Amino acid sequence: MTSVTDTAPARPAFRLTRALQGGERLVVPALLIAGWEAFARSGMLPPALLPAPSAVLHALGDWVFGFDETTQTYSGHWLRDALASALRVFGGFALASLLGILAGVAIGWSRLFEKTLEPTLQMLRPIPPVSWIPLAIIWFGIADKPAIFLVFLGAFFPVLMNAIHGVKTVDHNLVRAGAMMGANGRQMLTDIVLPAALPSIFAGLRIAVGSAWMLTVTAEMVAVKSGLGYVLWDSYYFLRYDIVLAAMISIGLLGYLSDLGLKAIMARTLRWQQTTTVQGRAG
Amino acid sequence: MAAIELRNIVKVFSDKRRGRDLLTLDNINLDIEANDFVCLLGPSGCGKSTLLNIIAGFEQATSGRTLVDGKQVERPGSDRGVVFQQPTLMPWLTAIDNIAFHLKLKGVAKAERNDRAMEFIDLVGLRGFEHHHPSEMSGGMNQRVGIARALLMNPSVILMDEPFAALDAQTKLEMQEELVAIWQKRRCTIVFVTHSVDEALVLGNKIVVMTRRPGRIREAVNFDLPRPRDITSPEFNDAKRHILSLIREESTRLAQAS
Repeated sequence: MTSVTDTAPARPAFRLTRALQGGERLVVPALLIAGWEAFARSGMLPPALLPAPSAVLHALGDWVFGFDETTQTYSGHWLRDALASALRVFGGFALASLLGILAGVAIGWSRLFEKTLEPTLQMLRPIPPVSWIPLAIIWFGIADKPAIFLVFLGAFFPVLMNAIHGVKTVDHNLVRAGAMMGANGRQMLTDIVLPAALPSIFAGLRIAVGSAWMLTVTAEMVAVKSGLGYVLWDSYYFLRYDIVLAAMISIGLLGYLSDLGLKAIMARTLRWQQTTTVQGRAG
Repeated sequence: MAAIELRNIVKVFSDKRRGRDLLTLDNINLDIEANDFVCLLGPSGCGKSTLLNIIAGFEQATSGRTLVDGKQVERPGSDRGVVFQQPTLMPWLTAIDNIAFHLKLKGVAKAERNDRAMEFIDLVGLRGFEHHHPSEMSGGMNQRVGIARALLMNPSVILMDEPFAALDAQTKLEMQEELVAIWQKRRCTIVFVTHSVDEALVLGNKIVVMTRRPGRIREAVNFDLPRPRDITSPEFNDAKRHILSLIREESTRLAQAS
């Protein structure tokens, strides 16, 4: 019974932290924003170089809804810009997922593909996608294509690596069990190896969607004349730091939403996995 | 013709890193009759699991012949149901889908698959859990699914590799009783690997005692004590004494040799 008295004093403190938990998360961001607002209004830096959060919000609002044209030519065009970027992300990401999973599963499953395909791909992998920009521009010109190409390069390798890993680490005994139940080569791949590798493949897709957003913005800064990245870079030339920050916030939000969407798909697909972490492999 | 015929089975594992070969099974000859419940009994590392894997087709013998129903074993197949030491279920499938997986591979329609699988859900006492995933069930329940999955294929033999080793004592006893009941009801041939003398005597009607590496058959003991078996009866203890003496001889022989 001593153990009960020992732990008893800890309880109220525990309850207090739980009560605070909701508000606790907001404390640091709120302080940061308030400090930033106060500093920007103090006049120590010209407002053009450090816009206050309220100014950024104002710019973002006008960019989205176009109420007072503070963002000039961008006023009310946010949806168009966001859509342009999102379509590039989606295009490059979809292509990278498709080819990454196909190549990854082939390399993970077959010694032949591993020997013929993998060395080349692993040699291309360390080359930063950004260094392809000059070639991408001569090959594809200034339009959507070089951006999609860069997004593809950035998203392909995380998908590839995780798909290879997923297939290679499939429990050997599951394959034996499949053979025991009479699975042929194709069934072994589609009914056993692929589902078993899915958690790993999804991990790769989540890394890839983040890289995709990073690269579409990079590409838009140099190789395209539309999208959130283009607005960001263009506003920098006009010293509109409020729009620069509004663009950064937009990219962050959209990237976060893409990850949430992917997580939702993953949760549905891998529903069988969810209880594993809670209950463990009880005896 | 016996259900399983093992002729001069030799298995050598080559240990490439140390550059030497390891003789694991040394000239195994064994006939297993249809509807026998055979227990392969031996210490860890005696090659009993290797022998089971050779019958299953997971591994190839270095030399010798393995026949199941008169046919040479070349690869795994659904004529030999295997129950693994760990349940080894597809974690993304529910209990009923795991049990019916063999039918799915054969292209049987969903409704018929479920009908057939429900019979085996009932047989292993899992009604109410058919839509649970392996991660939502206990080790004992998962092993029941593993057994049902093997039975559904209606194989000529069922190969079991220490399937109850990871279970607690009470669950193990229940599962042993149920397995015997299933074997009596369905009349199938079972080869059951174990290192426990008691388990072998509770389950088997033929107990094949193997020696320490290299694995040889020390003696195949027929044990026809009626079931349910009373593990405190004099007959049970006589058989146990005999098997323990075989094992003890083996230890003494090894001690003298070293």
